[in-house]
Amino acid sequence: MIETPDDYVIEVQGLRSQFGDHVVHDNLDLNVRRGEIIGVVGGSGTGKSVLMRSIIGLKHPDAGTVKVFGSEFYGADEKTRLSIERRWGVLFQGGALFSSMTVAQNIMAPIREHLGFEGELAKDMAALKISMVGLRAEAGANYPSELSGGMKKRAGLARALALDPELVFLDEPTAGLDPIGAAKFDELIVNLKETLGLTVFMVTHDLDTLHAACDRVAVLAEKRVIAVGSLDEVRRTDHPWIQEYFAGPRGRAALAAKAS
Amino acid sequence: MTMTDSAAHFDIDLASDGLLRLKAFGDWRARYMKPIDAALRDFADDSVGRDIIIDMSGVARLDTAGAMVLQRTFQACQNRTVNSKFIGAHDAHAELLRQIESHLAPCHVEPFHRNAFLKMTERLGEGVVNATRAMLELWDFIGHTLVSGAKLIVRPARMRWRATVHHMEETGLDAMPIVGLMSFLIGAVIAFMGAKILRLFNAEILTVQLVGIAVLREFGVLLAAILVAGRSGSAFTAQIGSMKLREEIDAMRVLGLEPIEVLVLPRVIALIIMLPVLAFCAAMLGLVGGGLVSWLVMDIPPALFMAQFEENIGINNFYVGLIKAPFFAFVIAVIGCFQGMEVEGSAESLGQRTTLSVVQALFLVIVMDAFFAMFFLEIDY
Ligand SMILES: Nc1ncnc2c1ncn2[C@@H]1O[C@H](COP(=O)(O)OP(=O)(O)OP(=O)(O)O)[C@@H](O)[C@H]1O
Ligand SMILES: [Mg+2]
Repeated sequence: MIETPDDYVIEVQGLRSQFGDHVVHDNLDLNVRRGEIIGVVGGSGTGKSVLMRSIIGLKHPDAGTVKVFGSEFYGADEKTRLSIERRWGVLFQGGALFSSMTVAQNIMAPIREHLGFEGELAKDMAALKISMVGLRAEAGANYPSELSGGMKKRAGLARALALDPELVFLDEPTAGLDPIGAAKFDELIVNLKETLGLTVFMVTHDLDTLHAACDRVAVLAEKRVIAVGSLDEVRRTDHPWIQEYFAGPRGRAALAAKAS
Repeated sequence: MTMTDSAAHFDIDLASDGLLRLKAFGDWRARYMKPIDAALRDFADDSVGRDIIIDMSGVARLDTAGAMVLQRTFQACQNRTVNSKFIGAHDAHAELLRQIESHLAPCHVEPFHRNAFLKMTERLGEGVVNATRAMLELWDFIGHTLVSGAKLIVRPARMRWRATVHHMEETGLDAMPIVGLMSFLIGAVIAFMGAKILRLFNAEILTVQLVGIAVLREFGVLLAAILVAGRSGSAFTAQIGSMKLREEIDAMRVLGLEPIEVLVLPRVIALIIMLPVLAFCAAMLGLVGGGLVSWLVMDIPPALFMAQFEENIGINNFYVGLIKAPFFAFVIAVIGCFQGMEVEGSAESLGQRTTLSVVQALFLVIVMDAFFAMFFLEIDY
């Protein structure tokens, strides 16, 4: 298949990110296709979260270009930015819920702001999202400080999905979920992808999620993407970290689980 | 089949067979739901218990918001006979509608509320109970701080010098310019106003006494305390409060680090050392301000000012000012840290506690100052 730029939702070219002298990314390239779930893996501190922040415009690239939906977020005018922001949803590593609002109010915040929904319709939407991510209806009235870690993740996801985005960024969505919850989460993501044509950029350490949900995997190491492709392709790559990652006990267990 | 990318809209027709038919067209995504939501609600209210067929063949795009609105309408109308159904949906749309069906239950949005009168009474009671509790807890906290402080005297090796010096710099040294400037200006203003009134009695020279006593006894230390309460008391609350929010305080406790010893004592000690220094500088600059105005406006040259000052103002005034500083410092630092420890849950609570910390510290400083004034008046010092 010949790919045209139109097929790419995210295009990162020659990205360089650094904090002071500490270079996190150097000449990093990554393209994400429309309608796929891409899993980004890499050791702790290799810059997965920083990559995500660069793409969503929270960190200015020190060099290179980052395009989302075909336009560069940086240098775009206010209107373009707003229209891009409406089309994506973000789940941060720590949940990043607004602490002074209840869960339902957290979800209603972007709905009110961007869609102008009021009253019942906004509440209905919040209820829908809360139920979809597997929270109980009562949890809607809880403040974030009253939730468990896993519930915060779910609430964060519900807020990320509030606007029915075309593109979602998930930073370690299944970390802190129980295995059953994590499996349901994978199912939910795949489901959303299939029914809504969602594109998902997912940072994860969870090998089961890679098997169950991801269409492609990108491996971050040595300040760039060292391998990208289907899980099988990446697994065959001859790089020590990749070999250790997939051939380690957890990698084999996940593979066995998939095979059975 | 209309596959245009137009906004969501719908037609309703009542066929001869008594079935309601709702035909949906266009783009049923979240952004187009707002205009048609009310109409669909009214329609659903009017059609409770009717058989309904929703024709999806004209729907070009659908997302969870659109599916939710359609399902809701469907659920509200249908009387659960086999005749009610969705027809003509694309596979993906049908799947989405099916999935949404189980997620339609309403959720709770706000914490449970009683009626307004009960709520008011409840708040009143809560306020009284909380105020009492806070008072007791504050005493408890002061006690803990004093005990930890006493332990330090027994075992000075446990003193955290690095932190203490850091706080001394932040609360003392960094505050120096602003405290000095304020105090200089206040000294100048007192001299100016005093001169204006004393001139009426031909007693302009008494301006020196006025400035001297006011600045040494009261304004130097009070200004320094007020600025430090606003500057450092609030900072203490914010620092400790945000640590509390991120469970850092809990982490300290389980690691066997006593928060009072690690966080509170260095701040309290730093302030107890630095506030007298600040008060001293404030007093000196206040005198300079007063002296300058006396010189420029009233032609009292510095030499005369000094002579007059030396003759009429006892060193006791200076001591009275300075002796108050450590007490004020203790109160400001303890309240700041205490309110920080009381932060709970949300960013909002952090804000409230920070405000409270400054207000309480200022209030107590001024009350204490009044008591000191009465005390020194009584003992005639
Ligand atoms: N605000 C910052 N200031 C300075 N350095 C930073 C900052 N944010 C991240 N870094 C550095 O960038 C590197 C990458 O961090 P990042 O958070 O992206 O790691 P990660 O791949 O997401 O790790 P993990 O899997 O543990 O979440 C780290 O070495 C980190 O120290
Ligand atoms: Mg990370």
